[in-house]
Amino acid sequence: MARKSKPSNGLLTDADLKSMYEEMVLCRKLDERLWMLNRQGKAAIVASSQGHEAGQIGSVHALNKGYDTFYIYYRDLAVMLSLGMTPTEIIRGFLAKEGEPLSGARQFPTHGAYPEYNIVNLSNVVATHLPQAVGAALAAKMKGEQNVTIVYFGDGASSAGDCHEAMNFASIHQLPIIFFCENNNYAISVPMEKQMAIDSVSSRAEGYGIPGVEIDGCDIISVHRATFEAAQRARSGKGPSLIEARVERYLPHTSDDDDSLYRTEKELEKARERDPLKILRALLFSSGILDETVDGHIQRNAREAVDNATEIGEQASFPSSDTFYEHIYAN
Amino acid sequence: MTILTVIEAVRDAMREEMVRDNNVLIMGEDIGSRGGVFLATDGFQKEFGEERIIDTPLAESSIVGIALGAAMSGMRPIAEIEFADFIWPTINQVVGEAARVRYGTNGKLHAPMVLRAPQGGGVRGGLYHSQSVEAIFAHTPGLKVVAPATPFDAKGLLKSAIRDDDPVIFLEHKRTYRLVRGEVPDQEFTIPIGKGDVKRQGSDITVVTYGLMVHHCIEAATDLASDGISVEIIDLRSLRPIDFDLILASVKKTGKILIVHEDNKILGVGAEIAALVSEKAFEYLDGPVMRLAGPEVPAMPFSPPLEEMYMVNSDKILSSIKQLITY
Repeated sequence: MARKSKPSNGLLTDADLKSMYEEMVLCRKLDERLWMLNRQGKAAIVASSQGHEAGQIGSVHALNKGYDTFYIYYRDLAVMLSLGMTPTEIIRGFLAKEGEPLSGARQFPTHGAYPEYNIVNLSNVVATHLPQAVGAALAAKMKGEQNVTIVYFGDGASSAGDCHEAMNFASIHQLPIIFFCENNNYAISVPMEKQMAIDSVSSRAEGYGIPGVEIDGCDIISVHRATFEAAQRARSGKGPSLIEARVERYLPHTSDDDDSLYRTEKELEKARERDPLKILRALLFSSGILDETVDGHIQRNAREAVDNATEIGEQASFPSSDTFYEHIYAN
Repeated sequence: MTILTVIEAVRDAMREEMVRDNNVLIMGEDIGSRGGVFLATDGFQKEFGEERIIDTPLAESSIVGIALGAAMSGMRPIAEIEFADFIWPTINQVVGEAARVRYGTNGKLHAPMVLRAPQGGGVRGGLYHSQSVEAIFAHTPGLKVVAPATPFDAKGLLKSAIRDDDPVIFLEHKRTYRLVRGEVPDQEFTIPIGKGDVKRQGSDITVVTYGLMVHHCIEAATDLASDGISVEIIDLRSLRPIDFDLILASVKKTGKILIVHEDNKILGVGAEIAALVSEKAFEYLDGPVMRLAGPEVPAMPFSPPLEEMYMVNSDKILSSIKQLITY
């Protein structure tokens, strides 16, 4: 995996905030396009990140891109874009086309690995990646690196046995890892009160002797601060942290789901009031970092990037069947 | 040459690889100051430190999941499952994950890890300390599966497994640990995974087996030699990949084949070999392909006569060979 050190100093400049906003706009537009490609019958499956973007982008900016390790799950489109993956690479995955960088289009979109960005996203089985992320943190500690591993997962995954085993082991060995729970209140269709008898995933941290914080995952500045503090703890040998970022899920679990069976329109309307994109936009306008002209430019650039990526993706070929038996064993 | 037991050979292989490569680490239950329940890592924590010899919680899924993550990050972990019977909580991490790392990332990542587990019965282990677990792993593309029978094979194959760039399931028969002794070279050596070994040359019948059963087959063959029956014994050593060439060459010579394993028969390793021989050596056969294997009960019972009834032994092998020879 790539190991390029470019430490974050924990401070957010106006330029940082603007670049986070640009990433968020791009992610939202790309996500909307992916959903459209699904409805056109071109993309077989989409799990949307809409409503999760501040949690994802805010946390990435608190870490060192190309140095720290990112174990992600299927709803982490904004993590991938923020780390440097392009809309073209992403759309190749959703259309299962040749040149898809994570798995050669063998896996569901966004799954596989991208060593240049230290992205790992192997499994569709939730929580399976938590012990693996702990293993990555163990390796970093054994090699004496300053590398931090962040592992993203949903509230649903937090009930799985692997989540418990991972947090327990990471704490025993004081490993440099951040458990980042994107709590959107739904495990597919099951609301939080039917998943656990507690009000907050972060309260579980007490059982492992690690700090657990619950934050507003739609507020990118809170996310950035909490992640930076957790990373500092990890880098200074103080071990793991659990961050529970309360986010929203604006679309069904995936493009194959129908959330009208378990969510009311009223509930969704309320969720949209704290749209992370609107919140960041309002902040940038009120602090003079953004105006209508600059915003128009950002929106246009994002749209063009997504249009361009869609065109390239649609024109690309499917992988050759010659590759079918490659990479089963080393030799 | 030095005479070693199987457990000593396993221990020597791991110690030599720990010394040779700083990326090798071992994690498992009671492997630290206890040295492992079978003493496979006896003295290791003193020699290599707590960082490389990690006593884990009793949580098998994460033992393998953490080892897998470390492997993908450049380490060479050996994960020990205390008894193979405890391996089922790891199936998702092994079959669902480790086996697919290379394929599912199009070769971007790989998992150089070994999962060691003592398996097999005849030790009064009852339902939860006697199982043979090879079939499910041998069925899984992306894994390699090894089941040695002798100290020489255990050492050479375990060293190869640790150096292998893909996940290897290494199944040691716990009954052989202190029962089986043999010569092991003092100088450095490895044995390639996927190559079987002719443990006894013969011309009348081929017996294909692995693990503890190799020794029972040798006992039976020795008895039969006085009756003028010449038995060739192939020790598979590796169950994925299986050395099909070695089996076919032997069957083409003898015309008869008996497959022997302790694991139960239906959909076991023997079924695959029987199918292979039927497909590739049909015209060479002068008798039915036969299997002698464990019975179709869910697990090995505890009480001595019941356990005895479960186990394949040299008497049962001897009568199966006689039956096939007189066909």
